[in-house]
Amino acid sequence: MQFGIFTVGDVTTDPTTGRTPDDTERVRSMLTIAQHADEAGLDVFATGEHHNPPFVPSSPTTLLGYLAGVTKRVILSTSTTLITTNDPVRLAEEYAMLQVVSDGRMDLMMGRGNTGPVYPWFGKDIRQGIPLAIENYALLRRLWEEEVVDWQGRFRTPLQGFTSTPRPLDGVPPFVWHGSIRSPEIAEQAAYYGDGFFHNNIFWPMSHTKQMVSFYRQRFEHYGHGQADQAIVGLGGQVFMRKDSQRAWDEFRPYFDNAPVYGHGPTMEDFTRETPLTVGSPQQVIDRYASFREDVGDYQRQLFLIDHAGLPLKTVLEQIDLLAEEVVPVLRREAESHRPAHVPADPPSHADRVAAARAAGTLHTPTVAAADHWTGRTAEDDLVAADAVTVPAD
Amino acid sequence: MNERTIVVVSAGLSQPSSTRLLADRLAEATVTELAGRGLVAQVRHVELRDLAHDVVNAMLTGFPSGDLAAAVEAVTGADGLVVVTPVFTASYSGLFKSFVDILDKDALVGVPVLLGATGGTARHSLALEYALRPLFAYLRADVQPTAVFAATDDWAAAGSEGPDGTLPARIRRAGRELATAVAGREPSAPTGLYDEVPSFEQLLHDQS
Repeated sequence: MQFGIFTVGDVTTDPTTGRTPDDTERVRSMLTIAQHADEAGLDVFATGEHHNPPFVPSSPTTLLGYLAGVTKRVILSTSTTLITTNDPVRLAEEYAMLQVVSDGRMDLMMGRGNTGPVYPWFGKDIRQGIPLAIENYALLRRLWEEEVVDWQGRFRTPLQGFTSTPRPLDGVPPFVWHGSIRSPEIAEQAAYYGDGFFHNNIFWPMSHTKQMVSFYRQRFEHYGHGQADQAIVGLGGQVFMRKDSQRAWDEFRPYFDNAPVYGHGPTMEDFTRETPLTVGSPQQVIDRYASFREDVGDYQRQLFLIDHAGLPLKTVLEQIDLLAEEVVPVLRREAESHRPAHVPADPPSHADRVAAARAAGTLHTPTVAAADHWTGRTAEDDLVAADAVTVPAD
Repeated sequence: MNERTIVVVSAGLSQPSSTRLLADRLAEATVTELAGRGLVAQVRHVELRDLAHDVVNAMLTGFPSGDLAAAVEAVTGADGLVVVTPVFTASYSGLFKSFVDILDKDALVGVPVLLGATGGTARHSLALEYALRPLFAYLRADVQPTAVFAATDDWAAAGSEGPDGTLPARIRRAGRELATAVAGREPSAPTGLYDEVPSFEQLLHDQS
């Protein structure tokens, strides 16, 4: 099972000092946090994508591309990539590039985005959120799987003879998650393709999460990708830890009380009871999160939100250390001890997917290269000339 | 299948509250009328005063917590609704509107609803027509023609005589209307988020 962190990338005033970082400082903090997660041994770092203040991560592949160069082991991902307002052609290009640059040490999570004005800023309509997610993702997959694409749809200029480059690493597209909190249509979409489903339950009671995951699992089986318990599930989480539980409560409370989204609303006592937010000792976090498998089944990825609400960088790095040293090893052992052998421990890695595609005989090897309309040259000419590409035997 | 559920939402703030009193009378009249049609009605009360903090939290967090979750489930699964609010500053109370705001916009489509309101004098009675009725029309609920306003004077023994009759007569008429609408409808099955999810083939097909 994989454990990691995901960031919203919010610029928030620290309520205890009144200090607000600027955008540059926040971006640099995100880089530091990701590198620290890698060094500490966490499995995943994922960034959100936003196009409105107070959020800074507008360009995830730039951020993750840099991180691919300076980290060793951590899987780079998104939480989420906007499949509605981004051009699927640009997504195909950017994430294939990230896949190549990171040597397959990445995946990505599709989401729709819930900020109304962002849609019109990108020429879209929020009321078309689901249809956009369906059409754009269908095109994105074709661009990765098929070398030359002719396409026509509702939301984008038609394509004739289009080839997205770079082609996916080893001919196998990145693994994709679909994130949704409230829309069963998105769980249905994830199930249809046999992709992963991520429920970001940080603001929701487990009863709701449980129903949504169970729906996805049933539909995953319905579409013939395996048994329901073999579907690939991820959950969100939110923690604040100190060795001494009372100290954790005292230290986190001003951040909770003033946090974006839920601040000035329910008490921390109510919110920790109703949602996965856990404030306390590492052992309390272990006890709470080890129990989630009882509600959603054995799952493959748990991400924690730890760097929001104006928490100082130093505190965030300490949270990463506590997670990596005290929480994750125990949770991983717990998960492993319960997991039946036929249920995957992790989401599929790039190597897993290459092996699976090879076994199924569906490896997308470059075959026909389209001629460039302007120069008359084809990609094949270049390949032959360079004699640099080997096509796998099968 | 001769059972029906009537959920009574009252937004009175004082205890005892005349809003709750009116709500009880309207529910009682409805139950009596349903019994006359061979239907057994279960009545469930949702007292918004007890849920006030949860209602505000739900507006801030996006999900109903604690007892509010059960109340929302009861309201959206009812066969018929009686909703009664005090008139505050020329309209429904803020708490009443906040509760309605956290319901899913499609949750009350076609559901028979009986409107009631209370106030100091009958001069506020049209709040039912210019505030409550459009609210529930927007939600596409089946709003009953008679909406009942009870002013302080109406609770006097004789009630205020007017073209619409005494308060007890108006309550009886309203209960009859709601009972007729409830009886004429299939009992509401519990509906979930997952009952009407289109298959992916449909989702893809809808694109064209």
